[in-house]
Formats: sequence, structure tokens, C-alpha cells
Amino acid sequence: MTILRHRLFWPAAVLVVLLISNLVFSDNFFTIRLQDGHLYGSLIDILRRSAPLVLVALGMTLVIATGGIDLSVGSVMAISGALACLLIGDLSNPDALGPVLLVVGAAIALCLVAGLWNGFLVAVLGIQPIIATLILMVAGRGVAQLITGGQILNVHSAPYRVIGAGYFLALPVSFLIATAAVALTVALTRRTALGLLLESVGGSPTASRLAGIRSRRITIMVYVFAAGFAGVAGLIYSSDVSSADSNAAGNLIELNAILAVVLGGTALTGGRFSIAGSVLGAVVITTLDITAVSVGVPVETTLLFKAVVVIILCLAQSATFRAKVFGRFSAERADVQRADVQRADVQTADVQRSDVERSDVPG
Amino acid sequence: MIDVTTPPATGPKAPAKKRHRVYLPTTRHVPVLATLALLIVMYSVGVANYAGFGDTQVLLNIFVDNAFLLVVAVGMTFVILTGGIDLSVGSVIALTTTVTATLLAAGWPAGVVLPLVLLIGTVLGLGMGAVIHFFKVEPFIATLAGMFLARGLSLLINRNSIPITDEFWTEMAQKRFRFGEGVFISLNVVIALIVVVIAALVLAWTRFGRNVYAIGGNADSALLMGLPVGRTRIAVYTLSGFCASLGGLLYSFYTSSGYSLHGQGLELDAIAAVVIGGVLLTGGSGYVLGTVLGVLVLGLIQTIIAFQGDLNSWWTRIVVGVLLFAFIVLQRLVTRKAK
Repeated sequence: MTILRHRLFWPAAVLVVLLISNLVFSDNFFTIRLQDGHLYGSLIDILRRSAPLVLVALGMTLVIATGGIDLSVGSVMAISGALACLLIGDLSNPDALGPVLLVVGAAIALCLVAGLWNGFLVAVLGIQPIIATLILMVAGRGVAQLITGGQILNVHSAPYRVIGAGYFLALPVSFLIATAAVALTVALTRRTALGLLLESVGGSPTASRLAGIRSRRITIMVYVFAAGFAGVAGLIYSSDVSSADSNAAGNLIELNAILAVVLGGTALTGGRFSIAGSVLGAVVITTLDITAVSVGVPVETTLLFKAVVVIILCLAQSATFRAKVFGRFSAERADVQRADVQRADVQTADVQRSDVERSDVPG
Repeated sequence: MIDVTTPPATGPKAPAKKRHRVYLPTTRHVPVLATLALLIVMYSVGVANYAGFGDTQVLLNIFVDNAFLLVVAVGMTFVILTGGIDLSVGSVIALTTTVTATLLAAGWPAGVVLPLVLLIGTVLGLGMGAVIHFFKVEPFIATLAGMFLARGLSLLINRNSIPITDEFWTEMAQKRFRFGEGVFISLNVVIALIVVVIAALVLAWTRFGRNVYAIGGNADSALLMGLPVGRTRIAVYTLSGFCASLGGLLYSFYTSSGYSLHGQGLELDAIAAVVIGGVLLTGGSGYVLGTVLGVLVLGLIQTIIAFQGDLNSWWTRIVVGVLLFAFIVLQRLVTRKAK
């Protein structure tokens, strides 16, 4: 029964159920064909379309790990797509690789500046993260519209199109970019001390600072990371549709990304985080959206369908819910009670200890 | 053992005597006072720059146009004071207006529809509160699911905008309280102000209000003190659900229509208003009066943009962002200095 209590069991279970229900409704759902050296099929499509959300959720995980939140990711996506499309439109030869790479670099650089701005507001000025990033969320879309002049910019550039719609080694490029980003983040947070520092800042910024951690610098860094990843996601989105739409790009993605992070087992209060969980959460949400279409849920009820699945998933993940509902059939209830008792013990011990410490303080 | 009963020696006491006449606000009041001061500055700048900005009616119109937001933000204040968040309020407004318009169009009497729609939001809030308390689901996620649910339901009922032609509704929408030539407030404002007063009284002088602050300060301590944490927590989400549906009702008076896309992004406006008013998102500190000021700040920003008049849609967004930024940074600096 231990596997039932693993925090990623329920998201994974929902993913499997969604995939199986797809199979029932469309026969060749699991078929993957090789055509012109590219892999095609619904599963590959899920990988390809998950890429932007995975990237955004990745950045969001780091921000949430420090106890913050970033609402501006959708606007940052719009900004990066808008700038890239504007600059490519100005190129004399949009099919040359060099200039396009330069444009991509410029777009991501602008996003990093946006992230620096968020980080400055949160870490240096000490504004609450939800409000600090709300500013850029509101103004960012305006900036994106300002860049495109309020229109939808269409671009025709072969190298730019590769980012969102191209294939490399038979796999979608966007999927490869997302994989690389995940690998980079895992390497940085789990192979260096960075992950530990993040969790420490999320646990208590003041205590971390007193312990000699530059918590301010760490906080700024995570917002820069989040904006950078959101910028790449914006490039993928805009390259996939070969245009920059400042209103549609990244619309509501901040909520989906936060949902993905929480489904993956990272608490919004900061501290411990799980990158694998966030990636799984993002894939579940994308699959949910794709399934709603392929199963034939009418457009009006798509949102309702999503709500029901999210509610079921949240309840299944809640240990208390499982203990209360299925308690009589399993040993889990006893486990939860035991855990409660232990926690109470620890608290009592803490209180006693702090009493002792206090009486030791010289008056 | 060292004697800990002796109070530690304090520093030099002399300077305190000379400055006792200077008014120093309590630390808890500083954010609200800072917001008020900046609001006045912002208003004066508006009066100085735009002709006709100083009219009483311009000020009253801020209330008329934002009465529903005020009601929603009051409910949100309770939730945020306990350290939670309610993302469902915008969707509850959509659901309320859609259900109202649909039922009225189907010929239901206003006397039945009115309590029924108020009940819908309240029950939804109760449900979310119960899930948050009993199953320990994060408030952000539980109310996000509630947001999807309410918006999904209203889309399911009708995707189009439905006009409201009911007599009672039209009468309520057109009711005006006049104070003189061209100076008036609508019924919505009166309802909103009543809600504000009741909320402020409840929060300041009832056991329930104390419990809300205690839970926001530290939920574990509140539990150990024997306070009804669960009941209070469920109650604040129920209250927020009620306020959201009442806000929806005011919105249906205000727009005379029901639409499943009403109130999009309103939850963020409400949260912004509450936070601008000096409530901490971690809970335990803040006042309803601050929330009122927060709503006024957002309303004043809209008014300034309307008076400016020559801004297109993207410059409007940028200016809203810049004004919000300027306000929050100034507030932050003032508050920090006072501490």
C-alpha cells in the first residue's frame, strides 16, 4: 500500500486513466508512425504541446519553492513572442540562421530583464510577490501590444518555425527544448547546493540570511529563471503558430502552471519542491485539455470537465480524504492518526524545549 | 538559576518626554494610513491636472462603478485575513448573473430568484471551505477548482449574453439616492456600504472576528488555545461565497445582463484591492477600511485613465501597471520608514 501514498501516484494514475479513456474513444491513439523521418501520433502530440506549460511550470516551481508566486509568466510569454516576431519581420533575410538566433537571444534577454524587475520588486523593495508580479501581468500585455502595434504579426521564417514546429532526430524540437530545460534545472538544483539554498529560503528567508545565505540574491535569481523559461515558452508558442498574438499567448497559463506545481506535490508555502512532480502535473493538465477535445466533450463543458477531474485529483491526493472515506478498508487511517500523534508529540517537545531555553536566558 | 523576573534595564529614558506630543500611529495602522495619504495625493494630482475632476459626482461615480468589487473585496478580506485565498469570486459573479438572467427570462418571480442566487454562491463557498478544512487541500487549488466549476457551469447554462428585463431588476438598477443637483449614488452603493459597515463591526467587535485574526496569526496556536479553527475557516469561505454572489447580484443590477464571461480577472482586482489596503497575504493583519481604500485606489486609476481619454487599449494597460507600481512602491517606502 506504500505506493498509494507516494505523492506522485495519483497524478500518474489520472494520466493513465486519461490515456486509456482516449484509447476507448479513438482506436489509433497509441499508434506512432514514422513519416519523413518524423514521429507522428497523439502521444507525440501530447509531448509537443506540453512543452510550453512544462517550461513555465519549471520556473514556477523554483519561485514557489522560495515561497513566492509569479503571475506575470503569461505576459512575459506574450512579450517574448511579440519582440521575436517584430525583429524577424525587419530582417532582410528571415531564412538565415544567424540573425534569427540573434533575435531569439534578444527576446530571451528582454524576458530576463522582466524577471530581474520582478525579483527587484520582491527581494529588494519587499513587495508581496502576488502584487509585485501582478504589476507586470497587467502592464506586460500592454507592452506586448505596444511592440506589435496592437496587431497580430505574422512571420515566415524557416529557422524560427523550427523552435515550435520542427523535428530533430525524429522528435519535436519543442519537446527537446523542454527536456533540456528540465535536465538543466535538475542538474542545478540537485547536483549543486542551489536546491538546498532554495528550500532554505522558502522555509525562512530571515533564518537563511542569518545562516549566511544571500537570500535576496537567490530570490531575484528564481524570478529571472521563471521569466527566462516563460520567454522560451513564448517563443515556442509563437513559432508554432508563426505569429505573435499578444492577447492569446500565455492566456491563463499562470493558473495552469501553479496548478501543475501543486498537483506535483510542491506546497505554495515554500520549502520542499519536486521538479518531477511539476513536469508530471504539466503533462497531466495538457493531456486533460487534449482528452477533452478527442473524447468529444462539447466546448461549453470543457471547463466543467477540467474542474471535475481537478477536484477528483485533489481529493485523491489528500491523505485525510482517503483516510476518512476509505479508512475502514485499509490501515491508512491508523497511519494518519499515528502521524498526528507524532506531530503533537514533537510540538509538545518543542514547547518544552523552548521553555527550558527561555529560562536559561540571562535576565 | 538566574532570576528572570527582573525586567532588563532599558536604555536612556529622557528623549521620550520631549516628543510626547508628536502623533505616532500604531504599527498596525500604518499601512492603512499610508494608503489613505497616497489616495489623497493621487486625487489631488487628478484635480490639478484635469478639468472637472473635482466634481463630487466624479468621486461618487467611483463608488457607483465599483460597488460590486467592494462587496467582493470585503468577503476576500476575511479569507485573506485567515491566510487563505479565494480565486472563485469572479466566476461566481458570472454564475450568479447567468442564473439570474436565465431564471428571470424563464418567468420566475424576482422574490424567488434573488434568495436562490445568493444561496448558490454561499453553498459553493461552504463546499470549498469544507474541502479546504476537512481534506486539507490548499486554498489556492480548491478555489481554483471552484473557479473552473463556476465558470464551467455558467458556460454550460448559456454561452451568450442574456438581457434582464424583469421589472424589479430594472427598478433596482435605476434607483438613485439624490443629494442635490446631479449628485447621486445608486442602490448598489448603499448595499455595498451596508456590507462594509457590518463587516467592519463583525471583524472588530465579535468573537468570530477575533478568531479570524487569531487563525491568520497562527492557526496552530489558535487550535491549541481552543478556538474553533475549523468552523471559522469554513465560515470565511462561506462568507466570501455569499459576498461574491451578492457582488454578482449588484453586477446584474449594474449591467442589466447575465453573461458567462462577466467578472473575468475580477478575483485579481479583489486581491489587489485587499493587499493595497494593507492586509498581509500571510494573514492576521489588516482592516476592512483598508480594503475600501484599496478599491478606491483601483477606481481612481480607472477614473484618471478615463479623464486622460486619449489612451488606446495597450497604453491603458501600461498606465494601469505604472500607476499600480508607483502606488505600491510609495506605500512600501512610507510604511518602511514609519517602522
